[in-house]
Amino acid sequence: MGIAYFPGCTLSTKATGYDRSGRAVAAALGIEMNELEEWQCCGATFPLATDNAMALVAPTRILAQSQRSGGHVTTLCSICFHVLRRTQYFLDQKPEFLERINWFTEEPYDGNSRVSHFLEVLRDDITWQGLAEKIVHPLHNLKVAPYYGCLLLRPQSEIGLDDPDAPVILHDCLDALGCQVISFPYQSECCGSYLAVSKPDLPHKLAGEILSSARRNGAEAIITACPLCHFNLDYYQRPSQSVSPSETIPVLYFTQLMAVALGLPDDQWGIENHYVDPLPLFRQVVPMQSYQTD
Amino acid sequence: MRIKISKATVQGEFVREIETISGESLLACNQCGKCSAGCPLAFCMDLLPNQVIRLAQLGIEDVLDSQTIWTCAACLTCVSRCPKGIDLPRVMEAMRLVSMARRGNQIEAAQIPGEMISEVPQLALIGGFRKYSS
Repeated sequence: MGIAYFPGCTLSTKATGYDRSGRAVAAALGIEMNELEEWQCCGATFPLATDNAMALVAPTRILAQSQRSGGHVTTLCSICFHVLRRTQYFLDQKPEFLERINWFTEEPYDGNSRVSHFLEVLRDDITWQGLAEKIVHPLHNLKVAPYYGCLLLRPQSEIGLDDPDAPVILHDCLDALGCQVISFPYQSECCGSYLAVSKPDLPHKLAGEILSSARRNGAEAIITACPLCHFNLDYYQRPSQSVSPSETIPVLYFTQLMAVALGLPDDQWGIENHYVDPLPLFRQVVPMQSYQTD
Repeated sequence: MRIKISKATVQGEFVREIETISGESLLACNQCGKCSAGCPLAFCMDLLPNQVIRLAQLGIEDVLDSQTIWTCAACLTCVSRCPKGIDLPRVMEAMRLVSMARRGNQIEAAQIPGEMISEVPQLALIGGFRKYSS
């Protein structure tokens, strides 16, 4: 099964562990992820003004490129997914914009594409049962809290991935890995997003509340699908913040846990560059290879 | 503070501008307050989200002085809860755009600490500049 893959800016730079583990997991499940030949950032925000066609040029160009690879493009980054899916929806509803935007996209977008998040490919194409059958190291002893954030789910009328108030897609994925899945009240609360740049004390406060709620509910790790959620939650716990070690909690991408559970070599787990080291947690549940000498 | 409300403000250019840019009907809001009740950032806002839309309905341009329009992170929680189907983040975006057209950017690259630029993921920088500069 071949799908066009759009990594996006952050998975190519700061969140390479998400990219690497995602590609490895896809390969292990027989999904051929073909990176778009030439791509640029999607813009990282969906424009909310009615006349801002300029901000739709970048995501439309990505949709146009995906046509070369069969018209189905998938992402790992929740924000890229949000921007591409809403762009596709908008152009579907307002075809009069498409002609204007196509003046700037080099190759015209024909309006037909499927945008998916990788979680959706797992749910709809691989199926949770199919995933569960491939598990080599079931993570039975791991208590994990799925954290959805905002943009993977909202607005439901355009994204349509899952229920925005009672989502299950990450729960189901982690359940298939054998984890003990823990729901907590902050699972789809905002982490503060790009306020990290303009008002960093706000994501700091929100992250603190999300993390402590997950811990209070018994989670040993928080699992996300968004590199910005990951940053805001993990950065809050960086060493200079002097969060006591007993109060830190690793923040992981779902693909990293999948790589572990699928029995992939640990150089494909992509768990470097975390502020809170997840290795001690992994040592409790699976045999380690190359990381043993750390 | 004394606020004067008249037919001229309610039917004025400001209301039309916000409605045109946002694509939302301001008078659809009946002030139920669900947006403010669910907003994860309401704790630090000088005006609550429902108060922002109330001032906008009345055409009171002082609403642009509120920090709330720069605190909204467009998480869309209010969108999923509004019983009248109003997309409040679109209204916030319209106010940011009007404010920046009149008063300039809200963020400049030179003001961001170097440590922050080296740490934050690219999409936060791009998103931030898309929202706070034009």
